[in-house]
Amino acid sequence: MNKIFIIIQREYLSRVKKRSFLILTFLTPVLIAGIYAFMIWMMLKDDTESRTIAVINESELVEPVASHDFTTYKYLENTSFEEAKAQMDEKNYYAILVIPKNIMEIKMAELFSFKQVTIEVKSETGSQLRDHIENLKRSEIIALANMPDLEQKLAATKTPISMKTIKFGEDGEIKQSSTEIAMAIGFISSFIIYMFIFMYGVQVMRGVIEEKSNRIVEVIISSVKPFQLMMGKIVGVAMVGLTQFIMWVILSGVLIAVGMAVVLPGVDMESLQQAKTLSELPEGAATLNPDQLKMAQELLGTFDFAYVAGILGAFVFFFLGGYLLYSALFAAVGSAVDNETETQQFMIPITIPLIMAMYIGFAVAKNPEGSLAFWGSIIPLTSPIVMLVRIPYGVPLWELLLSMFLLIGTFLLVTWIAAKIYRTGILMYGKKVSYKEIWKWLRYHN
Amino acid sequence: MAFFEAKDIVKQYAGHKALNKVSISVQKGSIFGLLGPNGAGKTTLIRIINQITGPDSGEVFFNGTPLKPSDVKRIGYLPEERGLYKKMKVGEQAVYLAQLKGMSQKEATKKLKVWFDKFDILQWWDKKVEELSKGMQQKIQFIVTILHEPELLIFDEPFSGFDPINANLLKKEILELRDKGATIIFSTHNMGSVEEICDHIALINKSEKILDGPVDQIKKKYRTNTYQLTYTGEFDKLEQILNPDFEIIDQEKGTEYNTIKVKLNNGSTSNELLKQVLPYLNIVSFTEIIPNMNDIFIRVVNENKKI
Repeated sequence: MNKIFIIIQREYLSRVKKRSFLILTFLTPVLIAGIYAFMIWMMLKDDTESRTIAVINESELVEPVASHDFTTYKYLENTSFEEAKAQMDEKNYYAILVIPKNIMEIKMAELFSFKQVTIEVKSETGSQLRDHIENLKRSEIIALANMPDLEQKLAATKTPISMKTIKFGEDGEIKQSSTEIAMAIGFISSFIIYMFIFMYGVQVMRGVIEEKSNRIVEVIISSVKPFQLMMGKIVGVAMVGLTQFIMWVILSGVLIAVGMAVVLPGVDMESLQQAKTLSELPEGAATLNPDQLKMAQELLGTFDFAYVAGILGAFVFFFLGGYLLYSALFAAVGSAVDNETETQQFMIPITIPLIMAMYIGFAVAKNPEGSLAFWGSIIPLTSPIVMLVRIPYGVPLWELLLSMFLLIGTFLLVTWIAAKIYRTGILMYGKKVSYKEIWKWLRYHN
Repeated sequence: MAFFEAKDIVKQYAGHKALNKVSISVQKGSIFGLLGPNGAGKTTLIRIINQITGPDSGEVFFNGTPLKPSDVKRIGYLPEERGLYKKMKVGEQAVYLAQLKGMSQKEATKKLKVWFDKFDILQWWDKKVEELSKGMQQKIQFIVTILHEPELLIFDEPFSGFDPINANLLKKEILELRDKGATIIFSTHNMGSVEEICDHIALINKSEKILDGPVDQIKKKYRTNTYQLTYTGEFDKLEQILNPDFEIIDQEKGTEYNTIKVKLNNGSTSNELLKQVLPYLNIVSFTEIIPNMNDIFIRVVNENKKI
């Protein structure tokens, strides 16, 4: 037992101390947070560029576009398009808006510029023209209808609806939930498991091949049992994976906290979460509009401790279960070959169920209750990935326990088989191995 | 009583028998040579001794009791296929391998420093293995093998890959270990090295033991009664004077001395040979030609082939 610990320690430390591990561990969350921050910044960034747009109004509309914020519309009287164009540089016009005489019929205006017109300018100008014309038409109808308060009545027909999704808890308690967020969490965690199984499974395989091609393996197994060496490596690498995951969780947590503090300064998160209406909002959150408030509340509702702990727990269990199952297979493959290029023929039976699990996961996200979801999350080769997609939606306890039980059982069986292959494989040098050969190894006794 | 004993070991792999009822017995404090051509089954036997694999039938005794898992720390093994982790530091790696043999980190570090100093490689402690020459890696492997002071040492082709200087150093260390009381099993197909250091040998060919015994006795058994005579005097004279019991195998005319190889047949003795030649020649030297292990090896393997 003590020797397994020494092996685990070496396998763990030799990987954790690598520069590539440190870079991946610390840079990934920063990189992801950085990309998000950049995207949010891009979206929130106010356009502060001052622009003057020359307007040649040939229609009967009276000043249909009004200057706002940093954009000024300058109506040119008695100036032809050619003259305006010639003046552009001199008068520093950003663009020329031509409103045609028959705009009411053709429903089109033109915006000329030497540069590509920005999306904000284009949409703002367009919507101002649209609103202006719509208002004109509406006023005409109202005047024709001759009905009192029609304007107010029409305005009252606009009804924005916001959907709030609420889930019954196991104990009948009502929980606020968000389908979008559940889906995102399921996807992200199952994808991480998929990635980790692959990444660290291949690391186990490489480690085995390294020991074999280094010829150190015989020295080691004269001191320890092959099974100890194999398990030591698998467990050591698993701990590397867990370390990386925990570091990611902690770093992301810190980054999210910092991000929240920047976006919603001075807001007490707990009171925000409990606030039912706008009037109950804590001080500081009043600047939020109702949509933002809803998002914030949903996000905070998801960060309920029991919910997060449950998902994290399931993640760790299925990550370890899936990883142990697959890495034993990866170790067996590594032991059967002399170098990495020979691994391909044996990799296929390992990669196919993994990739299939990922695709089932996509389908299950749309329909987490179907029979594909059920079987995908029960069969051990796919369950670590598929179950994680389902868990945020809530899974019956017996299904969860059955899935876990089968995963553990299969892991034990697969490890037993893999150990048999491994034991013979690591001492076979310079021999092209086939499936038939491996089948023979399985029947050797010790 | 034998310190180490293997009785009737049988090991079968799919399609072929690696060992067929092989028995060996090694005395305490001796060097036992396990000889045989490649693929004879030496490595399989050694792996059974190291409990890397188990025999299909037969028993292995270590100091009188059946071999058990905890015996690994009493055995040191330098395999033929040997290597080190390339990316790991030399010292760290040696400590790791010693820990797997059951030593504590502290004890291993202390003893390793002594050995590294003795082999003059202490400055390599913090270097990565990939920076070392093959000879240096071999030194480290040797140190790791013997560090935990095992009672039984097994060297599989220990000299392969060593240059003559380091091979000599290694030989010296092996003999020193024997003198300190270690029992050594030495597997090789390089017969030259066997004669100098082995006390006892077993020859394995095609999964079976075909020869076993102390080196001097085997040599005596395979002696050919051939003598070499160096002399001054008339070169062709001996052909005329020797009677038919003395068969001339080879003769050579030198600038100063002439030599002749004579085989004694029909129970004739060396004294009779000398008596016959003394009146005619001046004898410079007279020695028996003892077959070396290489000749015996080839002879026994060939004889075995015929049967």
